Formats: sequence, C-alpha cells, structure tokens
Amino acid sequence: MRSCRDISTLVSQGLDKKLSLRERFTIWLHVMMCTRCRNFQKQTQFIRKAARHYIDDL
Amino acid sequence: MTETVSAEKNLSAQRPILFRYALLQLRDRELADDAVQETLLAALQSASDFEGKAGLRTWLIGILKHKIADHWRRSAREPSVPEFTQADEDDADTGQDEFFMSTGHWNGGPKAWADPEAALKQLEFWTIYETCQNNLPPKMAKVFMLRELVGLEADEVCREAGLSEANYWVIMHRARLRLRECLDIRWFNNTKQEKHHA
Repeated sequence: MRSCRDISTLVSQGLDKKLSLRERFTIWLHVMMCTRCRNFQKQTQFIRKAARHYIDDL
Repeated sequence: MTETVSAEKNLSAQRPILFRYALLQLRDRELADDAVQETLLAALQSASDFEGKAGLRTWLIGILKHKIADHWRRSAREPSVPEFTQADEDDADTGQDEFFMSTGHWNGGPKAWADPEAALKQLEFWTIYETCQNNLPPKMAKVFMLRELVGLEADEVCREAGLSEANYWVIMHRARLRLRECLDIRWFNNTKQEKHHA
C-alpha cells in the first residue's frame, strides 16, 4: 500500500511525463478510496489550466 | 527550396512556446512578439545550424535569451521580473515536510473545491493566483513557470534550470503542493472573506 505522499508524487509526475500502466493503476486504486489524493489530482489539473489562462491573458 | 519551407514550418511551430517565454520576461505582448520574430529570423539565417532538430527548441531559446538581454540593454531599464538565470538555494526546504506526516499521510490535506471553473472568470481570483505564484521560492517559481506557463517539457526545464531529473520531480511536487495550499487558503476555502458572485 503506497502512502499519500507517494501517490501525490506520482500524480504530480503524471502531469510531466507518461506514467507506466502499473503507475496509473496504482493511482487509480488509491484515489478510489482516498478523497484527499483525489482532490489533489483534480486540483493540480485545475492549476495547470489556470496557469495557461494566466499566461494567455498576461 | 523545399528545405527552406520545412525549416520555416519547424520554426513557426515553436513560436507559441517562444512567445510565452518572452512574454513572461518582458511582460509586454508587442515586445515579446518582436523578440520572437527577431529570434526566428536569426534562426532562419543560420538554418544550417539546426539540422539535428532534437535540440531545436533549446537552441532557439538560447537565441531568444540574447534578444531579451539586448532589449534590456537598449532600454537601459532593469528587468521587471528577475532573470531566469538567477540562482537561489531554497532546496534546503525540501528536507522538512509540512504537507505530510512522517507516516506519509496528509497533514491536513486537500479539501474539496467548489466550482473551480467559476474562479477563472473572476478578476479577484487572478490577483490571488498571482500572489500565490509569486510566493513560491524563486527557483521553484522558475521551474514551475517554465513547465506550466511556458510549456516546456520536463527534460527541457531541467536543462534550462540546471536540474537533475530527481530534483525536478521533487521541486514540481512541492510547487504544486504549495500553490494548491495557497489557493485553498486564500480563495477556495477562505472563510474570512466574501468573494463569490462578482
């Protein structure tokens, strides 16, 4: 069982490189049960979107 | 002839990223556009140099940096944003960890955000966003911006910022944790202040 620290690290890496099937599966299993990691996943995706809006409106 | 055409095509495909890079430093769309145009022109003039196009973008950014430096020299003004080349030693803070307990569980941890999409349309949100982004330690901010604002790939950011890959993962993870927390406290779960419904 991976910790939330490990999972959020993987989630973050997933925004910067293609994860292996195993890694994606590990995340998927974890976020099904863990609301906070699920929130982290959604919110970091949102931050990416916000960052792009920010520079486009600069 | 066809070679020149494909060279131009390759170059113009890099234009959006170059533009965002220049914009971030010059903070002026027109100036950024000029710098990118000069860069692309200079690149075309030495088109034979970029045959191995693997490092094309790195090479172009190298040229662009010179154009930006030229601009600051001409205008005899200080850069409005710190130069990307500045170093700092905030890597020290990767040692202790306020986000996780020693067990690896969240310390607090991300609460839900109500309707984040709506925030994108609110002017006050962007002030908060900017504050949070500026609150990142300088090197972390630089890495984050190169990746998320400019849109460079991770390996390009490493080259730009002189980072090992392992360092990169740590810094980006922390940048996201920090930014997320800052937005959470100042906006999404900010109970102190009324902000919704502009």
